[in-house]
Amino acid sequence: MKVSVDEDKCCGAGSCVLAAPDVFDQRDEDGIVVLLDAEPGEHLHTAVREAADVCPAAAIMLADRT
Amino acid sequence: MGYITDEQPLNYPIDNPTVLEPPTEWAELRQKCPVARVKLASGDEASLVTRYEDVKNVLADPRFTRPSAANEGARVSEDESGGVFNSEMATVLPQSGEGHRQWRRLLNRYFTAKRMAALRPRIEAMADQLIDGMLEQGHPADLKAGLAFPLPVWVICSILGVPDSDRDKFAYWSDTLLSMTRYTREEIGKAQAEFGAYLAGHVAAKRAEPGDDLLSELITYTDAEGQPLSDAILVATGQGLLVAGHETTANMIAKMMAMLLSDRSRWERLLEDRSLIRSATEEALRLDVNAGFGMLRYIDADFEVGDTVVPAGTTVVCSMAAANRDENAFERADEMDLARTPNPHLSFGAGAHSCLGQALARTELQVVLDVLLRRLPSLELAVPADELRRVEGLLVGGLRELPVAW
Repeated sequence: MKVSVDEDKCCGAGSCVLAAPDVFDQRDEDGIVVLLDAEPGEHLHTAVREAADVCPAAAIMLADRT
Repeated sequence: MGYITDEQPLNYPIDNPTVLEPPTEWAELRQKCPVARVKLASGDEASLVTRYEDVKNVLADPRFTRPSAANEGARVSEDESGGVFNSEMATVLPQSGEGHRQWRRLLNRYFTAKRMAALRPRIEAMADQLIDGMLEQGHPADLKAGLAFPLPVWVICSILGVPDSDRDKFAYWSDTLLSMTRYTREEIGKAQAEFGAYLAGHVAAKRAEPGDDLLSELITYTDAEGQPLSDAILVATGQGLLVAGHETTANMIAKMMAMLLSDRSRWERLLEDRSLIRSATEEALRLDVNAGFGMLRYIDADFEVGDTVVPAGTTVVCSMAAANRDENAFERADEMDLARTPNPHLSFGAGAHSCLGQALARTELQVVLDVLLRRLPSLELAVPADELRRVEGLLVGGLRELPVAW
């Protein structure tokens, strides 16, 4: 799984951090998403999918790597 | 399905059959009339959208703005001032584009998930203190007055740095701002002026003697050109946060507890498995049938909702609560599944304007649930669920009281 984020779309809701704190964080100064791990291990995939699904700004993109 | 223009518009908001059940019209509208003509309390007409995809698209589309006096959008309330959406608060703050983006990003820093996690012990201590008070008074007790209402007010007052001893005033000012039919135009005008003057005085006091709080920090903020925020923006921001930060969450705590206790097997499941707290709060947010009015949007160009063209100049009412029960978005949509994951409900909106305080609201809901499970495991409703009564005449929905015993 390859994760990417769109800082421009991000509204700083923080729902990704609540769902997958090992993969997402927020910048202290404006709450915008920080991607901690662009290729998270398999044990994190469910949480990352949840983060992408619940993002209110649709700012998290996932690509499956084969 | 076409745009219905030849039938009588539906009166909006639509009443629920009971306090915990959705109006039967929601399912019908989603199926047969995804863009429905409705008549608001003001007498103005608007178009109601109820499908998940449609509501999400309208909320997230940057071409939509808020209806206002300037764009001749529909007004919500009977009085001519048009309620909170047309208030001074809504006109002083930047509503769209780069201005909104900068203001939003400036405020985001106070509501990040990390900041909320740091705040959690304080919120827990407040919840414990309020429950101590309820235990002293004995049961049956009103969980809304004893816990659900005061907690978010304490929290937002502490974040903003305003004294919670003034909370009765905030509650009244907030009610008038959120009034749909409850207050007269004169009452609303007077309350808004008082609210503005109160916060202006508060901003001046913080300027003289800064504290460790959001308003004090915003006063010292300057943008890239070295410009500080105007007093009008500081006051409107304070007003917005006070109103948004207490009424909605206070109501949601009571509604969540009503949902969990009305079928006590839900409460028991949480007692057995506390790891469900997070998903249970999200499911309560999704299934809230008293979410209130919904969100208003205005568009000055033709816009397609599904295969219906909404003409330029239309005010659109987005019913997030109806969208949250769309079978095309959620399996077993009417069923309360405490473990539902993911739960991409629209209760906090979507897109650039989605709720600024959602991490705070989530934290408060989770803390209340956690503390109640620990302190009052024998908690139950003290009246049958069908005797619960709704708050009437405001844009935010809630229960008047929540009688409980333990």
